[in-house]
Amino acid sequence: MTHRFAAVGAVRDGLDSVQYLADEGIAGVVYLADRLAKPVLVEGPAGTGKTQLAKSVAEMCGARLIRLQCYEGIDESKALYEWNYKKQLLRIQTESQTWDDVSDDIFAEEFLLTRPLLEAIRATEPVVLLIDEVDRVEVETEALLLEILSDYQVSIPELGTVEATQIPLVFLTSNNTRELSEALKRRCLYLYIDYPDIDREREIVLTKVPDIAESLADEVARIVRSVRQLELKKPPSVSETLDWARTLVLLGIEHVDAEVAAETVHTLLKYRSDIERALKEFSTDEARRPGLPR
Amino acid sequence: MSVPAPPATTGGGGATTSPLLRLLGGFIAELRRSGLPVSLTEHLDAMEAVRHVPLDDREAFKFALAATLVKHHAHWRAFETVFEVYFSLRGAEYEPDGDAWADDVDPAELLDPRGDERGAGDPLSDDDLARLLFAALLRGDQAQLRAVAWRAVQRYAGMEPGRPVGGTYYLYRTLRNLGLDDLLERLLETIREQAGRPLTPLEERLERDEIESRIDQLRKDVEAEIRRRLVADRGTEAMARTLRKPLPEDVEFMHATREEMESLRKAIHPLTRKLAARLSRRRRHSSRGVLDFRRTIRQSLSYGGVPAEPRFRYKRPSKPEIMVVADISGSVAAFARFTLHLVYAISNHFSKVRSFVFIDGLDEVTNLFETSEDITEAVHRVNTSADVVWVDGHSDYGHAFGVFWERYGQSVGPKTTVLILGDARNNYHASGSWIMRELHRKARRVFWLNPEPRSYWDTGDSIMSEYSTHCDGAFEVRTLRHLERFVEKTF
Repeated sequence: MTHRFAAVGAVRDGLDSVQYLADEGIAGVVYLADRLAKPVLVEGPAGTGKTQLAKSVAEMCGARLIRLQCYEGIDESKALYEWNYKKQLLRIQTESQTWDDVSDDIFAEEFLLTRPLLEAIRATEPVVLLIDEVDRVEVETEALLLEILSDYQVSIPELGTVEATQIPLVFLTSNNTRELSEALKRRCLYLYIDYPDIDREREIVLTKVPDIAESLADEVARIVRSVRQLELKKPPSVSETLDWARTLVLLGIEHVDAEVAAETVHTLLKYRSDIERALKEFSTDEARRPGLPR
Repeated sequence: MSVPAPPATTGGGGATTSPLLRLLGGFIAELRRSGLPVSLTEHLDAMEAVRHVPLDDREAFKFALAATLVKHHAHWRAFETVFEVYFSLRGAEYEPDGDAWADDVDPAELLDPRGDERGAGDPLSDDDLARLLFAALLRGDQAQLRAVAWRAVQRYAGMEPGRPVGGTYYLYRTLRNLGLDDLLERLLETIREQAGRPLTPLEERLERDEIESRIDQLRKDVEAEIRRRLVADRGTEAMARTLRKPLPEDVEFMHATREEMESLRKAIHPLTRKLAARLSRRRRHSSRGVLDFRRTIRQSLSYGGVPAEPRFRYKRPSKPEIMVVADISGSVAAFARFTLHLVYAISNHFSKVRSFVFIDGLDEVTNLFETSEDITEAVHRVNTSADVVWVDGHSDYGHAFGVFWERYGQSVGPKTTVLILGDARNNYHASGSWIMRELHRKARRVFWLNPEPRSYWDTGDSIMSEYSTHCDGAFEVRTLRHLERFVEKTF
């Protein structure tokens, strides 16, 4: 089997070229996913680019992205495949044949409606499969995924087993609202995408927000880091950082002071109590935090 | 737990006995001893994974292992510690780089930092080192910080081979000699001077955060350096054993160190989110009840009287009223804090939550939680503003229960679930257990959560069983894991 990437560095450069700044860990895991032919389970706080990673990898490889958005109550007919019941009915009604012919006939490929998972397996062109927010499905439904994740195949009782023509790259994302089962985790490589460190965040702002001055990007990254250190209900995510940076650029602001911060902070923080706390912390002189070096 | 010997590899040049695989086997065994659930499949995956990364790239190697072995973010720290111990000597950065020293430092002071062996004449005086440190912190020069850390450990830690002292002792000695305490202020002062104008509070704050993170980096560098030397001295296995720490969810409330408290505080937030999601999911799904005869008949009319579609009565989720009565005297305060935090975080599953705290007096703190949007802050305020001392500030359950019964007893009703948090160590006061009996009679359920191990109950001044006979359940809740299990089972 040929591999998609030559080295970890190649992955990172490739992701760079589609404007996704990967750190060592992210690039390394994507590379391993390709080499070991294993799916990647991506966890981390909301808005740190978990879904975007899958999209960017697809873009980098020139592959089609097949996305399965999980939700509570999703089942096989939505995730794997479904028989096209209406078409089967028509088939039975239109031709008067013996029962034997019909019963063999109506469970043919023609009557199969493929859903994302089966589609990814049967695709002949390169694909990236994204199973989004996998923590939303119930524990029992997780079992649906196991066969495809470990063996890249789907068993359909009437047709037999459909095996993958080529092994797709698979990404599962989870917001960690519940513990995923051991069985699922065991089959995956695990990647935790945390908030980026200050340098990477600055780079992200510089890449994603055109026309931003370097000094402003630096200020934005520093302020966001300080804000994240507060105990907030919802610390600002990367996408919110970007929103904020864009706002500042649109307003033609070159330098963030307390006043500007107070006026625009609502793009960064979404809870009133968080906003109040941040403003309080950053406008008083004596804002000494308890976490001073011991 | 016994550990299977590393299985034979899948090909890989007949490397069954290669030193790397043996090392990896030991590494994984140590991970398991630290409490990480590493399965055999994952072991095999890890061995497969390291074949695909260049072994001289330490970061890549680390991430390859992490991706295959660590499937839970909370386990990352434990992994990192074990990794440092097992693979620390092999990093390229073990020796500080000669180029790391800054250009603007007088080269005459420096010579070659690697040239002098331990104990040999050190060309740098203490002041020089302090100056270097200051300059490195001011500019945030990572490489130079690492070099300073290396030098500082060599000079100040006073490490001797075979000396049976823990790493924290060396860390303490090194940091004390570097004088980190006033460093922050001095650095800020310099920055203010450089700016040539007064800094706004915002700028000041940002600079402070920046410097703090650099100092933190220095501390980590020093720690890593000490660990490296200890490993070299004592060997990996012994070192791993001394560094083994419980995972956040296994830290005991009553014996947590400051650092562990911090990790607990970080862990509680995702935990509550998870619990809330799980509880509400269960509410929605366990809802099928008995057959609803009236609606089934009504539905059957559309099928000509055939009851083709049975209808069911949906269970109404019980929304109990919760009363939390928590002992917040010294030893069990942390436990009470975490439990209160958790209860309030899932409070939308209850029709009402009232909370009371006591030591020997008792005070209601419900309004602290209701007026504050932020649970953490409310919990903090409980400690400062509740009036809980009656006589001497030693726990007196009997008196506290008496006050509770007298003032709030009438609001305990058949919908109320009472949670009592405490170690039942009554300092030999009157027990007041008749109040528990009365509570048990009036309330729907009464639970007692005790942060002490069960084997300590009824020893010394603990009168747990006197109380627990009047409870629907008494639980040992020593760790977050216990707490989580209790909440999930009960509500």
